[in-house]
This record gives sequence, structure tokens and C-alpha cells, in this order.
Amino acid sequence: MADKRNRSVDPATLAMIDVATARNMTTPWDRLESQQPQCGFGTMGICCRNCFMGPCRIDPFGEGAQEGICGADADTIVARNLLRHICTGTSAHSDHSRDVVHALALAAEGKSEAYRVRGARKLSKLAEEYGIATDGRSVNEVAKEVAQFLLKEFGKQEGVLANVGRAPEQQRKNWAAAGAVPRGIDREVVTGLHMTHVGADNDAEHVIMGSVRAALADGWGGSMIATDVSDVLFGEPHPLRSRVNLGVIKEDEVNIIVHGHEPTLSDVVVAATRDPQLLALAKEKGAKGINLAGICCTANEILMRHGIPIAGNFLQQELAVMTGAVDVMLVDIQCVFPALVQMQKCFHTKVVSTSAKAKFPGSTYVEFHEEKAMETAKQIVRLAIENYPNRDPDLINIPKQQEPLVAGFTTEVVSEILGGRYRPSYRPLNDGIQTGRLRGVAGVVGCNNPKFPHDESHLAMVKELIRNDVLVVQTGCSAIACGKGGLLAPEAAERFAGKGLQEICRAVGIPPVLHTGSCVDNSRILTACAEMVREGGIGDSFDKLPVAGAAPEWMSEKAIAIGMYFVASGIFVVIGQSLPVQGSRRVVDLLTKDFEKHFGATWAFEPDAIKAAHLMIDRIDRKRADLGLPTPMYQVPYKPKTADSAPKAHAGAKREPVAVAAGSCPGPATAGIEDT
Amino acid sequence: MKRIVADPKKCMACRACELACALAHADTDDLVEAITKKGAKPCIYIESAGALVVPLQCRHCEDAPCMVVCPSGALLRPDEEGPVLVDQAKCIGCAFCVQACPFGVIRLAHGSGADASDKQMAVIKCDLCADRQAEGLEPACVTSCPVGALMFVEVDDSAKMARIRAAAQAAAVVITGRGR
Repeated sequence: MADKRNRSVDPATLAMIDVATARNMTTPWDRLESQQPQCGFGTMGICCRNCFMGPCRIDPFGEGAQEGICGADADTIVARNLLRHICTGTSAHSDHSRDVVHALALAAEGKSEAYRVRGARKLSKLAEEYGIATDGRSVNEVAKEVAQFLLKEFGKQEGVLANVGRAPEQQRKNWAAAGAVPRGIDREVVTGLHMTHVGADNDAEHVIMGSVRAALADGWGGSMIATDVSDVLFGEPHPLRSRVNLGVIKEDEVNIIVHGHEPTLSDVVVAATRDPQLLALAKEKGAKGINLAGICCTANEILMRHGIPIAGNFLQQELAVMTGAVDVMLVDIQCVFPALVQMQKCFHTKVVSTSAKAKFPGSTYVEFHEEKAMETAKQIVRLAIENYPNRDPDLINIPKQQEPLVAGFTTEVVSEILGGRYRPSYRPLNDGIQTGRLRGVAGVVGCNNPKFPHDESHLAMVKELIRNDVLVVQTGCSAIACGKGGLLAPEAAERFAGKGLQEICRAVGIPPVLHTGSCVDNSRILTACAEMVREGGIGDSFDKLPVAGAAPEWMSEKAIAIGMYFVASGIFVVIGQSLPVQGSRRVVDLLTKDFEKHFGATWAFEPDAIKAAHLMIDRIDRKRADLGLPTPMYQVPYKPKTADSAPKAHAGAKREPVAVAAGSCPGPATAGIEDT
Repeated sequence: MKRIVADPKKCMACRACELACALAHADTDDLVEAITKKGAKPCIYIESAGALVVPLQCRHCEDAPCMVVCPSGALLRPDEEGPVLVDQAKCIGCAFCVQACPFGVIRLAHGSGADASDKQMAVIKCDLCADRQAEGLEPACVTSCPVGALMFVEVDDSAKMARIRAAAQAAAVVITGRGR
């Protein structure tokens, strides 16, 4: 990547990359270059490090070793590796979730002054769903029982996860047939890891179904619980205006950037920055105020609920420090670069790590405990204020870019916006789809990845979708990218959306792209789809809905878990770079073809964002045709393909014969692969 | 005269060179596509010898046995100091070159790098990345090695490097009185 102009499409990011070059500091893009070439065995998923007779590798050229020392072939190794990735992704979301539920329990028991139930309506809804009595009981009594009920979901030993009941019947049938109904959140991770141990599961398809089960334990378990309980504890989000990009950092105020994922600390920091004593201290140190901004999903959490501005997404974390005006970068868990700590050598910024699950040598460690949340938050804000006078004015370099945006859309809010507060309903959305004013709905989510020009794929894909009358819902770093690109502002409809989508946006007053929160909030997309099914008229199961999903710049194991739970829930998902499965034709075919039979949806891999958007629209059009819905009401730039040119639904899904290496014994082991 | 020189003490057997070699000789810039769709094959080999790992590829011998035995004149050296190359159009697939090569680094196999469905056998051997050299680049295997075990150097320079190593070893014996 010789030309640094190709590293991002965000002018603020490019400006800060120049600063990095001038100061001789490395960025993720430089480090990507120094990692070239990246290991092909890892890329293709055919390196097995699960036992120490190995490590073993399959020769991708088909001539050297085709099996590991234990006899595991490429299919087994690829499937096991994928299962391990998904177990990690599920663990990350679910362990975050557990902490939020724990905080609810503390709030209910009055053991933490920082937390109280702010979403009583959602609490009652959950209590009703889980069969917990609410009549004549205090909010805290109900909250305590809901928290206890949900904590048990993590370690559940019998039955299935309660939220499985939220899925349409067809999805539940599909999961049961595949042996993939999630029984407990922690359990599916433990069982999944067990399956990958040496000498355990080596039926590639069965291993993949184990990964589906672990992913469903995330989507319908850990992530969904995190979203629900965060709404109960910190309040249900409502649409609000804010701003995004590095320009939100203020030269004359104390700047605190929260980066990471859990709302348990960041939400309390919001309150701490408004503390009169701390504000007075900030003034005393010469600052005009205390400015809080965020990066990654913890930013999305406090944006959704408090309108706190966003400084940037994943690939901008070091760039924020390079503005020279960040007094504290507060980090917790997930997606935080160890490289951040190195920035302290050049800039006055204090990196403050807080989680007992993620220590960063060289950072200032202030361990966070929910019981003393406010005390910790104030301590960290004070650290920032005291660090303000240490800024070097010569190093201050804040790009001016910032875009206005609207965020705060949830499953419940969308219903209220569409149907009105007194009769909330998804009817207008379903009507819009049925008449063809809206072609369908797409979820575009996920990370940044320096292998792709920063933000470029998110923006190109989302623009292509909305100009073709597809409403887009977003989470995570993808939402931040589109916010910076001006797509989350209501005015975006007039500039970028097709005529049908424009009409909907104008009628109900929404942007064409809806920010629905953090990466655990992808579960909101699942519950919104459940509402669309319940409302009726556009399919009685997820796989019949004219919807699709994408993660064009994904990089994390969490993204794999998310993609898998969407696909297994019947929603077609296209991702930018391939999953690390290309070393096994059988696993590739299973994920990209045969999954249609099992779950009514498949994965697709397509690095070109426009082509990927067209794959999504093709899927949406096919679903519209299956439902007998009309073609789009207005002229659309990307025309629907004629019915007969559309690929037929898994026409006997061809499976290629399994190659038997020359000279090897075609014994029962290989013969058994081609099961009938 | 530049040749690829390997340092077995450094090689970690990661096989990055094999992958880079296959990619460099395929009709695509994408490794996965090169292997799964184009049927590309490497012409550098990682062989283990006891505790050491030795990367091997065509030595482009001065008096190349493969050229001597080729009955159809398919193996040629257009440039006096350059690599031994294959004219696939002239090759009759007799595999004499494969038998004659003392290093076992010539193969007759499928692996044109143009299309995996190509059933034509081809002589697969190192061409010192002639195409890359024309662009001023080193051979792909050399560039890809993450630990610098492969070098593309003048043969004379590699001899000089060996002499310096030997001298250092000899000096150590003199100074410390300890041999290896």
C-alpha cells in the first residue's frame, strides 16, 4: 500500500496519518505492511495448533500432507478453527453481557449508588416474557428476579435459552433439525471448545453445526441479554442528535475518550463529567469544561442514550491520541490496540485501563468494580483534569471534520415512530415493503480492517443500498463510518436515497440509515425482524423476509459469531474478506451453498462493496418474488433480475467428490465422508 | 551472477516462500484464488534434514544436466548468466530433466498457474522470477521470507559472506581457545 492517500476515505483520518508520518509513529497501516506477506495457511484455515504432536499443516497444493498427525484432514481442521473463532466471539459478547446483568443485580439490591433501573417499561416487558410477577412488586424486586433469571441463562444446564422463544417457529425447527438449539450460553462455548480438542469431533459438518449453536448462544443469548439489560439499566435509547469524527475533540476543554465496549463504566463516566466539583476543578486548571467522546462500541452505547459525540471508529483510536488534546483515553475491553500505550511516549495522553479482563502494561490501571462505579469514574475524570496542564501546545493538531448525525433507533422506537406512541406498530414498514416503495431492509455492520481502505466499503455499500430503495440499519464501527460520511443525518435521504425510500423518510422523519447501537445491539436487528414477521405480510419466517446483512470491513472473531447467528437465523450475510475456510472446499460449500437447505440462508464472500450490495439486493428481490410482492415502485438504478435468471433455490446442491490423495488407502474413514 | 542463497540456520519452515512462489507464478494477485482456482504450484521446496530445514530450488547450474538431457531443446538459457528456463511449447513431457536434476527441484506436474482445470502437464521449475526481476524486484520467495533466511545475492558475494563467517569462527577459536 504505497500510496497513503488510499488508506482511508475519511479526510480527518488522512490528516492524522500525515501527522503520524511527520512524528515518525507507526499506524495499523504501517504495521500491516510490515506483516507482509501474511501466512497463507492461517488465511486458509489449514493450520492446526490444537495438540502438540503438531503444529500440523495441510499442503494447500494437494501434494504434500493432506492430513495432520492424528489424521484430521483439511475439512476437519478448517471447521475446528472456525468453531474456536466463534467460541471466542460469543465469549466476548456474553462476558460483557454477564457484567451488565451483574450491574442490574447490584442496582436492584441497592448495592451500587451508580446504577438504578432507568428503563422500567422494558423491565416489565422482560418480566412478563419470563413469567416473573410484577403486580404489587417494586421495580427493584422485579429487577432482582429478572437479573437472577438472566444470570442463570449463562450457566444453564437444562432446557434451552429462554430467548429462543422469540424466534419464529421455522427458525426454531431449523435449529432443532441441525442440532443447533442453544442450551446455555457458557455451555455452548465449553462444548464447542471440547469438540475441537484433539481426538474429539472430526465430522466437519457436525463441527460447523456446533459453531452455529455457539453463535446462536451469542445472538439470541449473550448479545440479546446485553442489549435488553442495558436498556433496563441505562434507559431505552430514543432518537437524538449528536456529532461524529475527530473534530469533536475540543482544544480548550479537558478531553476524555472512552474506548472499548461495556456501558457499565462509560455510562457512569457521563455522569461524572457533569459533577459540579470536577467541573470547578477543570476551570481551576484552565479548561473551559470537560468534553467526553467515544471510540468503538462503548461510544455507541453512550451516544444512543446520552448523545455523547463519537471521536471515531476502530482504526482511529491511535489517531485520536495524535491530536495531542486527549487528556485521558479510558479503555476497557475488546478492540483496544496494545499500540495505544506506546503513544504515551510522544503525547501527554494517559491511557487508563480499567478491566481485570484486559490489562495493558504501561497504562495507568484503575480497576473497575460495579460496586464503586461512581468513585472509579470520578477518579478517572480527575486524572484527566490533572493531566490537562501537561499538554504540549506544539503537538496539538485537531482535524476540524465533524458531521451531525441522528442515532438512538431501537426495535421499540422504530415501532413507535412508524405507528405512533399510542399504537406502536411495524405495519407502515411492512406496508412500505409490500407496496414496493421500500425494496427491503439491509443490516450493514462490523469493523474496520486496514486491508480495506478505511470506511470506503461501508460508505460505498450503504450508498448503493439506499439509492436502490433499501432501508439500512447499522451498528458498531460501520455506523460510525456512515455517520462520518453524512449518511446518518435526515438530510441524507434527499441527497442519497432512492425515491421510494425518500418518501418513507419524509413521511416518518427518519434518516435512510438507522443507527441501532453497539455490536451487541445487532440483537436489535434480530428482534426487529421478529416484529416484521409478527406484523405479517412479508413472510412468516426470517428466511422469507426481503432482508440481507453485511460486514464489508470485518476483522474480529465477534464479527464471525455475529455473521453466523444471522445466517443460521435465515438472513443472507455477505462479508468483505473470506472467512478463514478456503482450505476446505467442503466447508466453503457448506457455508455458501448447503446452508440454504439447513437454515434458508448462506454466507457469501465478496470484497467489492458494490458487487456485495448487489448480492444483497438480488437476495431481497428473490425474496420479494417468492412472496409475490411487486417490483420496486419507482425506477431503481440496479434493476431486479428477471425471475428465470435468478438462481434456483439449491438445485440439488452439488457436492464435489472428495479427492482421495494418490497412494492413500481409501478405507472406511474417507468413504464415510460422503454420507448419503 | 545473482543466485538465491539459503541460510538453513535461519529457516523456520513457515513455508511462506512456497506460497509466495506459487502466487508469483499464477495468473492472479490473490493467494487463495491462485491455489484453489488457478492450480498454482511452488517451485521452491522446504526439506528437512535432521534438525535443519533447507529451502531448495533450481540452482541454474553452469553445466545444467537438465539442459543436456532434454531431447527437444525445451530447456534453455537465453542469457549467459541468467536462469535456466522452460519453453513449454517445445517440451514433450519425457521427464528426463526430472531424473537428471541432482537436487530434485524440477517436476513434471499440473500447475500452470493459469487454470486449475488445465490437464496439460508442465515442467515446473524456478525461473528466478524473471518477470519480477524485469520490474526491478527480487524473487518472490526472497521477498516473502519473514526471517531473512533467503537472499538474492551475487554468487561471489555469498562466497565472501561465507569466508567472513569462517574467519569469525577461526578468530573465536584463537581468542577463546575454544572450538565448536
